[in-house]
Amino acid sequence: MNTKDALINYCLRLADNSMISGQRLAEWNSCGPYLEEDIALSNMALDFFGQAETMYEYASQLINNNKSADDLAFRRSEREYFNCLLAEQPNGDFAFTMMKQFLFSTYAKFLYEALSASNDETLKGFAERSLKEVKYHFRHSSEWIIRFGNGTDESLKRAQFALDELWRFTDDLFCMNATDEELISTGITVSSDSIAAKWNLTVKEIMQASHLTIPEKFNVITGGYSGIHSEHLGHLLCEMQYLQRAYPDAKW
Amino acid sequence: MTEEEKTAQFQQRIDAGEKIEPLDWMPDGYKQTLFRQISQHAHSEIIGMQPEGNWLLRAPSLRAKKILMAKIQDEAGHGLYLYSAAETFGIDRAEMIDMLHSGQAKYSSIFNYPALTWADMGAIGWLVDGAAIVNQTMLAKCSYGPYSRAMVRICKEEGFHQRQGYEIIAKMASGTPAQKEMAQDSLNRWWEPSLMMFGPHDADSPHTQNSMKWKIKVESNDTLRQRFIDRTVEQAHHIGLTIPDKNLKYNKETMHWEISPINWDEFWNVVKGNGPCNHQRLSHHKKYHQEGQWVRDCARAFEVNQMKESNAVKSN
Ligand SMILES: [Fe+2]
Ligand SMILES: [Fe+2]
Ligand SMILES: [Fe+2]
Repeated sequence: MNTKDALINYCLRLADNSMISGQRLAEWNSCGPYLEEDIALSNMALDFFGQAETMYEYASQLINNNKSADDLAFRRSEREYFNCLLAEQPNGDFAFTMMKQFLFSTYAKFLYEALSASNDETLKGFAERSLKEVKYHFRHSSEWIIRFGNGTDESLKRAQFALDELWRFTDDLFCMNATDEELISTGITVSSDSIAAKWNLTVKEIMQASHLTIPEKFNVITGGYSGIHSEHLGHLLCEMQYLQRAYPDAKW
Repeated sequence: MTEEEKTAQFQQRIDAGEKIEPLDWMPDGYKQTLFRQISQHAHSEIIGMQPEGNWLLRAPSLRAKKILMAKIQDEAGHGLYLYSAAETFGIDRAEMIDMLHSGQAKYSSIFNYPALTWADMGAIGWLVDGAAIVNQTMLAKCSYGPYSRAMVRICKEEGFHQRQGYEIIAKMASGTPAQKEMAQDSLNRWWEPSLMMFGPHDADSPHTQNSMKWKIKVESNDTLRQRFIDRTVEQAHHIGLTIPDKNLKYNKETMHWEISPINWDEFWNVVKGNGPCNHQRLSHHKKYHQEGQWVRDCARAFEVNQMKESNAVKSN
């Protein structure tokens, strides 16, 4: 794979991760446990949509503007989406969503820290700006995990259930393919191994503080970054892309 | 001082244009009217998140999605300020939510209509936020300090919402035939409900007299409605949409647009709970409030546990 194609794929991966995470969080609109939390969830969704837009625009430039940022978001099908499996999983209850957020934002935090030293200037700028946002997502979600673990029996049980269910999708975050190989060799990104090591340490630390048990690896599923998804993504895209698909000639 | 003297002095302060603050003496009726109005306004902001939330996941572009998300978030913020303003009367938010759930407190009937197409995201911003601005610009001058200040803050954001909504519908009105049709259909459905947002005619409005005396309202329902009509008719014509009223005509002498009589039976029917979405809106709010109970319990238990721990550390 040449560097340009790899970079396009990588931008789409970052954009799709944010887009799908944002879409899932947006499902919480008017469904939060209280108003302040509703606002916090929509804040994070807005951060994600902003990040997605920036990366779709960069990808659009790299493919010579043959496709707009909106085309990339709203006219690609599930096999052309490169987000991680974790992001597309349904929200479940509040503990489930926060566990997803925690596992993902810990990853995003270390990834964007690394990408802040990328030798691609646009990616570097994006990572620096997004890092501030995902640090807040990390703080918000890790505080909730600790509250769940040190709150009531019910909150502990729900958080443990979420961790057990979601753990199988965490290897997927660190899967590398030809895109990564090319971009590591050119200094645009780093190996996921270094991110995974930091991620494991932090996750362990927070789970310990929350009396949560990290499960044995069982039925581990990967493939998101290569466009092999769970069945959930298709339904999410169906809803998200409805107007663009139903009225292909319309401008909005 | 006797009750009458206090009341007279209170009225003097109102007449002199002074703002009343939470610790000041005020007549019970003033308190009750304001509490009812502010808490209902707060509930309206929150219930209003539902019809727009109905299109959040289907917004047709990245820009549209961000704008809609930010708008709904603003409305949640308005709800927060207004709940705080209402809490100055010594009733907390949890109690207000109970009143909403029991049906004792209402919210604006406009949100009991369904948001059926993307054009409704335009019509709601343009008409509903547009009507809200007219009303809230007046309320920013109201005699109760906390409400007046909340309105000043909120009005700025409502202005953005109105322009963004108008932009959505204007784009559709100049778009494909399908988009044009959606835009006109949306105006057809939202026009009359938005006129009703100002409430009944002054003669039929049970609270108007006292509200005007206490400067909770400084202009009448009909005056505000007419201001909204005059603005909105011009805006509709500007983008080639037709106001759904055969009797609409411009009166050159009064320089106002005149409309058909409003169907107040419909208005009262929806107020009484028989609108297309009354049940849906309230049961949605109840459902997620109940589902969030364990989260609120967890947060409270966590705080208590933390406090115990830090006390244990201190006593060691
Ligand atoms: Fe509002
Ligand atoms: Fe409002
Ligand atoms: Fe608004």
